[in-house]
Amino acid sequence: MFLTSNPQLNKNGELHHLLSIEGLPGEILRQILDTAESFVGVTRREVKKVPLLRGKAIFNLFFEPSTRTRTTFEIAAKRLSADVINLAINVSSQSKGESVLDTVANLAAMQADMFIVRHSQSGAPHLIARHVSEDIHVVNAGDGRHAHPTQGLLDMFTIRHYKQDFRQLKVAIVGDILHSRVARSQIHALTTLGVPEVRVIGPKTLLPTNVDNMGVHVYHDMAKGLKDVDVVMMLRLQNERMHGSFLPSPQEFFKFYGLTAEKLALAKPDAIVLHPGPMNRGVEIDSTVADGSQSVILPQVTFGIAIRMAVMSILAGN
Amino acid sequence: MTARPLPDAEQLVAALIEKMRGNVAPDTGLIGIVTGGAWLAERLHTALKLDVPFGTLDVSFYRDDFQHKGLKRKVAPSDIPFEVEGRDLILVDDVLYTGRTIRAAMNELFDYGRPSRIRLASLVDRGGRELPIAAQFVGATIEAGQSVELKRDAQGRLSLALSTD
Repeated sequence: MFLTSNPQLNKNGELHHLLSIEGLPGEILRQILDTAESFVGVTRREVKKVPLLRGKAIFNLFFEPSTRTRTTFEIAAKRLSADVINLAINVSSQSKGESVLDTVANLAAMQADMFIVRHSQSGAPHLIARHVSEDIHVVNAGDGRHAHPTQGLLDMFTIRHYKQDFRQLKVAIVGDILHSRVARSQIHALTTLGVPEVRVIGPKTLLPTNVDNMGVHVYHDMAKGLKDVDVVMMLRLQNERMHGSFLPSPQEFFKFYGLTAEKLALAKPDAIVLHPGPMNRGVEIDSTVADGSQSVILPQVTFGIAIRMAVMSILAGN
Repeated sequence: MTARPLPDAEQLVAALIEKMRGNVAPDTGLIGIVTGGAWLAERLHTALKLDVPFGTLDVSFYRDDFQHKGLKRKVAPSDIPFEVEGRDLILVDDVLYTGRTIRAAMNELFDYGRPSRIRLASLVDRGGRELPIAAQFVGATIEAGQSVELKRDAQGRLSLALSTD
């Protein structure tokens, strides 16, 4: 989509907005992961705060509801000493007919330094990034089916934390790939960081038609797809994005694609299990796995704060 | 530019150890500022036979030039393996110049707790202070027209070099 000029980078090739992992060089991804590593130490201290973004105004613009992502961005911004303003826009100006760009222009006039944007429409953060003045940074906190780069990055951080070297891994992404912005960000991040084998597993109706162009191996059968993998990345079944008959029923989905202890036993014995949350227990993942010893789902949430601190501080400094 | 050669870092380390000996207790905490100060803290820690392990600090998240320079590429995690609250501390750095790094380090330290005292040890003091900060232990005072940095070779030997930035 943006092959010639990447709107995320400034003229020095540094990260100015974080809109999508697609098109970002591995060097920038590794810089974010390394910086997050140092922030993990900060969040373990007595005072879990650094003065880096003191006096900066960061606006959480959530045009689509979210609790976890908004909260972790808010915590991250506060730990960087920024001022955070939360706006749930579906219930304010949008319902009065104001356009997205008018909303953003008004907030920019209130001296915003950074916008964290969640929107149900793919491309909304790009649109905002193109129209803000060049001293404002935009972070995509999830847009439609397109991308959720900070989730992809925190997943990479989690994998690196437990598995160290990306170049030795087999990774499976399981479930509703079609509707998942998380899956797209994960696939781009994994391939950019050098994972040699990325698999996607799901029913034909929940896989995008062009998925094999993304450099992944496609499986429709869990028994084959999970064999000997090091990392299992589960996705949430997105009922709210399904308008049509993609699935017979959630029970049917669980039978074939739900992660149970029996299915997980096909992966390597030390395989880790990730899930971006919120989980549908008994639909895509069984509770014995979600709460089991191979699950790293709660560490993902903790690492998410450090990743968002890293992204915000790198952007603000560029 | 100065034509005078830089002093031998190993001799300065020995001089610094002599100045600090007798002024530290076994539970004094040494904290080296990444990177040169951390190498120096490691050497001082061994020579002074302190009980508590030494800590390291990367002050990047506390620097006052973030607005102009942004974040450096690689920020090392700060690691303070002892309780700061109520402890006698010595900050260790390779080169003392404007004092801004030391200010950042003190700000960071107070986010770990309230030390009973902080003193400063520096291998060289090259003047040029922009803040009211002084070192209690100095290897040597030098005049240098440009930045000086500490280097460490594969054998762990320290040396001083003029740096280009």
